Amino acid sequence: MKMKREEGGGNRARAGTVSVEVGFLSLGQPHKRRRTSEPIEIEDRLESLICRVGEKSTSSLESNLEGLAGVLEADLPNYKNKILRILCSVARLLPEKLTVYTTLVGLLNARNYNFGGEFVEAMIRQLKETLKNNLYNEAVYLVRFLSDLVNCHVIAAPSMVAMFENFVSVTQEEDVPQVRSDWFVYVVLSCLPWVGKELYEKKDVEMDRLLSQIEGYLKRRVKTHVPMLQVWSAEKPHPQEEYLDCLWAQIQKLKKDRWQERHILRPYIAFDSVLCEALQHNLPPFTPPGHMPDAHYPMPRVVFRMFDYTDAPEGPVMPGSHSVERFVIEENLHCIIKTHWKERKTCAAQLLSYPGKSKIPLNYHIVEVIFGQLFQLPVPPHIDVMYTTLLIELCKLQPGSLPQVLAQATEMLYMRLDTMNTSCIDRLINWFAHHLSNFQFRWSWDDWADCLTVDREMPKPKFVKEVLEKSMRLSYHQRIVDIVPPTFSALIPSEPVFVYKYADESAVSLPGYTVSITVQNAIKNKASNEEILSILKEVSNPNQEDDDDETESFNPLKIDVFLQTLLHMAAKSFSHSFSALGKFHEILKALTDTDEGKLHILKVVYDVWKNHPQMIAVLVDKMIRTQIVDCAAVANWLFSQNMAHEFTRLYIWEILHSTIRKMNKHVQKIQKELEEAKDKLEKQQHKRRDSGDEDMERTSEDEEAQLEEQIERLQEKVESAQSEQKNLFLVIFQRFIMLLTEHLVRCETGSVDVSTPWYRNCIDRLQQIFLMHHQTIQQYMGTLENLLFTAELDPHILAVYQQFCALQL
Amino acid sequence: MSAKLNALSSDSYIDISQYRDQHFKGNRYEQEKLLKQSNTLYVGNLSFYTTEEQVHELFSKCGDVKRIIIGLDKIKKTACGFCFVEYYTRNDAENAMRFVNGTRLDDRIIRTDWDAGFKEGRQYGRGKSGGQVRDEYRQDYDPARGGYGKLAQQQRPTEARNTF
Repeated sequence: MKMKREEGGGNRARAGTVSVEVGFLSLGQPHKRRRTSEPIEIEDRLESLICRVGEKSTSSLESNLEGLAGVLEADLPNYKNKILRILCSVARLLPEKLTVYTTLVGLLNARNYNFGGEFVEAMIRQLKETLKNNLYNEAVYLVRFLSDLVNCHVIAAPSMVAMFENFVSVTQEEDVPQVRSDWFVYVVLSCLPWVGKELYEKKDVEMDRLLSQIEGYLKRRVKTHVPMLQVWSAEKPHPQEEYLDCLWAQIQKLKKDRWQERHILRPYIAFDSVLCEALQHNLPPFTPPGHMPDAHYPMPRVVFRMFDYTDAPEGPVMPGSHSVERFVIEENLHCIIKTHWKERKTCAAQLLSYPGKSKIPLNYHIVEVIFGQLFQLPVPPHIDVMYTTLLIELCKLQPGSLPQVLAQATEMLYMRLDTMNTSCIDRLINWFAHHLSNFQFRWSWDDWADCLTVDREMPKPKFVKEVLEKSMRLSYHQRIVDIVPPTFSALIPSEPVFVYKYADESAVSLPGYTVSITVQNAIKNKASNEEILSILKEVSNPNQEDDDDETESFNPLKIDVFLQTLLHMAAKSFSHSFSALGKFHEILKALTDTDEGKLHILKVVYDVWKNHPQMIAVLVDKMIRTQIVDCAAVANWLFSQNMAHEFTRLYIWEILHSTIRKMNKHVQKIQKELEEAKDKLEKQQHKRRDSGDEDMERTSEDEEAQLEEQIERLQEKVESAQSEQKNLFLVIFQRFIMLLTEHLVRCETGSVDVSTPWYRNCIDRLQQIFLMHHQTIQQYMGTLENLLFTAELDPHILAVYQQFCALQL
Repeated sequence: MSAKLNALSSDSYIDISQYRDQHFKGNRYEQEKLLKQSNTLYVGNLSFYTTEEQVHELFSKCGDVKRIIIGLDKIKKTACGFCFVEYYTRNDAENAMRFVNGTRLDDRIIRTDWDAGFKEGRQYGRGKSGGQVRDEYRQDYDPARGGYGKLAQQQRPTEARNTF
């Protein structure tokens, strides 16, 4: 459809002003609260005009673009740099509207050749910066933008092909991480849906050579990392493909279809007659920056698929897994979430108003992309709870259709639990329970009655059990009893009641019973710590024959008596228990002076609160923070024989990961303090050197000496913390290796299949340690390889380590 | 590369609201400064029966919770439908404003808002009857918040008499 100039909406602005017709000026942001009026800078206005082009307008997008191009052209004499900056930024930050802005740039270039050239130069500068700063995901959008500019007659096709050739030549580099060459290949392939047709029309020989080089590279790529990133281990019904393999298949199919691509919205087509009159620019030769040791290339990924054309019962058909449409839709939906994740209403609205939605089963795509992010390994791109809230918003906006798709998805995910990665099951549990809590826990549990017929440790009943436990935490025990059919009673969590050893007269015979009564009364009467400690001296030590060394050695019964009694008195709520731990901190520290003491206090906490895992978790957290126990003690306790029967329960792993995170944050905090002290010293030294005043110099020297002393202390603190952190990981990995080796040996000698539910759970948990804390673990790779993950290790266990290493190859 | 676009960096869910604590010791500017740096949230529209444990479970989804203080009726010293949630970091509190505010806890849509920081005494309702001010004057019947509002409760007995 040819676009006649006169049909353009909006007026042409006068130079120096930015006044535009309401038709395509929309400063109202859906969620902005009204502030007291501020002068809107020209820059803000320009930004708004450009960012919101086409939104909330009765005119067509083409009409809006035409008008905006006119406005910007008129403003170029005065605001050229601002406009350049804004356009470069939208190229980077609004990839889901790529073709809208390439069209705009095309129109500007047609009207002002020099501006077009300056824009291209600015983009190249921005690309170099982005790569230098390790912002590889944004760099992809920039290159894609440049490639679409070929379609808008801004950039000459041969120069684009030349850039691609330079990118692909990276595959010839030696001794570079695979993820580096991966990225350059990915960029080229991911541009082809937009520009493949045009490039093939102009330079088919070169393009064929390019694709052939890429094919060769893909064949020699190492793919050890793939199993670690797959959400399901099964190939059916949808293989979890490595992302480059999938994209390659999609481009192959596109090529076979002679580059006919019909999904991408291309506003520039309407302007073809104007644009083809424009002069094109050549991209300057672009040499990919060399590999630097501190470069952080994106990690490889696996394409998440859960739906295909059979799943959407009516309406438009879902594009196939190897269709380029699927790639483009998924890319755009991912980009929309990336742009708007902080504002859930806007995010939901933007997702649901995806251009071209009438031709695709949009709800299915949205649900698939959201779950794809939620289940992404190693970690989701955004905080888990965002996805829960986003899905709720989507249900609100599409109450007649989206909840059904979500229910269908949940059903499918349940059916495939047997082969789902445990980390992903964790997230599914948390999502589902939280989601249900927003909808009165309504669910057709009877549909899942099959989970009652298998061993309780199998994934399905385990999943239901954990969901009910999480649901109870968000409500209360009786509620859970009420919402499930009676047949499910075995999966209902226990009532979260305290188990008191010295509860009633039947406990009279237990050692320590009388002292427990005395302690209870002492606490009620607000006795001092000394008084209580002397009461506790009465408790005999079951580990000892005589009483010398009483004060030194570890007395488990003493801990039992005191802690059971104290926690029993404080059982009413979290706050009561925290208050108790705080009040008697001194006593608890004294009792847990030894490693055995620390282990035992954790044992007692478990013994009394085994029905209330949530309470165990918060108490352990508090005890770490107040240094009653240390992180290694918690790790050792979780792996101890006493806790073996709980080993596959979710709360155990939540406690362990929370413990690791606390350790990591502690190290980071002290490192930050050290950096700040060093900065302060440097500033002080500069000040002194610049002052020249004798008195000032002397006081400054004193201050510097103090700072130097502080830095020395902090340095020691950092080293000590790092050592503790390294030790924690070593303990955890050692325990895993011991447990897994034991199991593997036992199975081998008994000629039994190793792959029991326990084993699969355990190996996934080992993997999860690597994935969730990969940044910290990277520092200790040397030690891990030399001490623990040596070649002598059972291949089953070693495989996990090798897959992890492959993530950054 | 710092080129950020104001038009694209909207994060309106974490904006401070219009509410200002009338009992705050300090001027408006000081209060607003604290609100903008705070790690503490006020949580409102809770049921009287919502427990610290339920609050902890929900708000822990945004990060480690430092402490929870359940709001109490000044006279009865029982829960009166609000609480404070304090996080260790501002970032976690912001996520709660973005993703927990306006969702359900104990079947009720709860509301979160920035708080300048807990001080002893702020855990008590400021209504005449001891609960929250909103429960003094509301006309609706809310079984999870003591039934009718306090004023309405006083009016009701008169009506009942008249129907006989």
